[in-house]
Amino acid sequence: MRYIEPHGHMVSRTTDDYQDMATAGCVAVCEPAFWAGFDRSSVHGFYDYFRQLTEFEPKRAAKFGLQHYTWLCINPKESEDLKLADEVLGIIPKFIDEPTVLGIGEIGLNKNSRNEIKVLEKHVELAARLDQLILVHTPHLEDKLKGTKLILDVIRNEKRIRPERVIIDHVEEHTVRFVLEAGFWAGMTLYPESKCTPARAIDILEIYGTERIWMNSACDWGVSVPLAVPRTALEMRKREHSAEWIDKVIYQNPIRFMSQSPKFKIRLEPGKS
Amino acid sequence: MTRQQVLDMYFMDARCKLIELAAFLDRVDRASATDDFRIEAFRKALAELNSNSSGRAEKVLLAFSDLTADPIAAATTKAACGAYPGAR
Repeated sequence: MRYIEPHGHMVSRTTDDYQDMATAGCVAVCEPAFWAGFDRSSVHGFYDYFRQLTEFEPKRAAKFGLQHYTWLCINPKESEDLKLADEVLGIIPKFIDEPTVLGIGEIGLNKNSRNEIKVLEKHVELAARLDQLILVHTPHLEDKLKGTKLILDVIRNEKRIRPERVIIDHVEEHTVRFVLEAGFWAGMTLYPESKCTPARAIDILEIYGTERIWMNSACDWGVSVPLAVPRTALEMRKREHSAEWIDKVIYQNPIRFMSQSPKFKIRLEPGKS
Repeated sequence: MTRQQVLDMYFMDARCKLIELAAFLDRVDRASATDDFRIEAFRKALAELNSNSSGRAEKVLLAFSDLTADPIAAATTKAACGAYPGAR
């Protein structure tokens, strides 16, 4: 098995997790900027975090044979403070040309507030201006449906953004249809309690197909499973899906989306295609 | 997969979760105090399980969702609680 972890917050994980992921067949991990579990006190905290994402974490991953890519933003959980958000948006261009930065993310909404929408609009404008891919976080639980609709409206209002260059993450049964129908990519997050279980994620693939869709563990500092993607692949196998079908979802699709950034290149081992 | 294969693979897990739901509702009944919006949404969602049409997972998610369209004035918390307080 080979796979790509397209959404993992590895700065919160241990080297054991890197070792397990590499052992399970992971070849690359992509890390969107995230909330630390507490609000950072100033833009300097973000500057240090972006350095960690672009300088230190790729080296840590490389020790286990994994390529590491990243996405930059201020998370919607910290978007109520418009002054701080503006300061963070101001330093993103300093990092955007780093060789492992794929785009702007994970942006989006959390509680669907007016300030969160303002900051989302600024991120989308920045992505359009800098010609960057976008990775979107959709809200949790009861806020997801409304937030996903608001997010799609914001992105569609920015005419320079093409939907095929945007992935809308954390879709579930009540949001996946209109994300895909609008031409965006959809991401399914495999969590033990919220978002999708492996069984439900496979149901969604069987119903909606395997075009423009991927799955991720979104492993972070909370309850999450870094091996969720390969474990779900095993369940796909139990459900008699072919090796090609599984490979498309967990390996080829992430490559297809992220290769829209010229920086994303999977280094293959000699003799493997 | 055939229906037999689906049952072979998932029946015991679903049976376990169903008993957990029943025990949870019994626990809620034994506890004092009145219901809140979460258990009201939960009971609404439970009704979807008896539907004969497909799309039950989507309908359960909708039963817990905020179905309004306008942004809120300001976020006063970062967390979601699983059910929309205004859905009564």
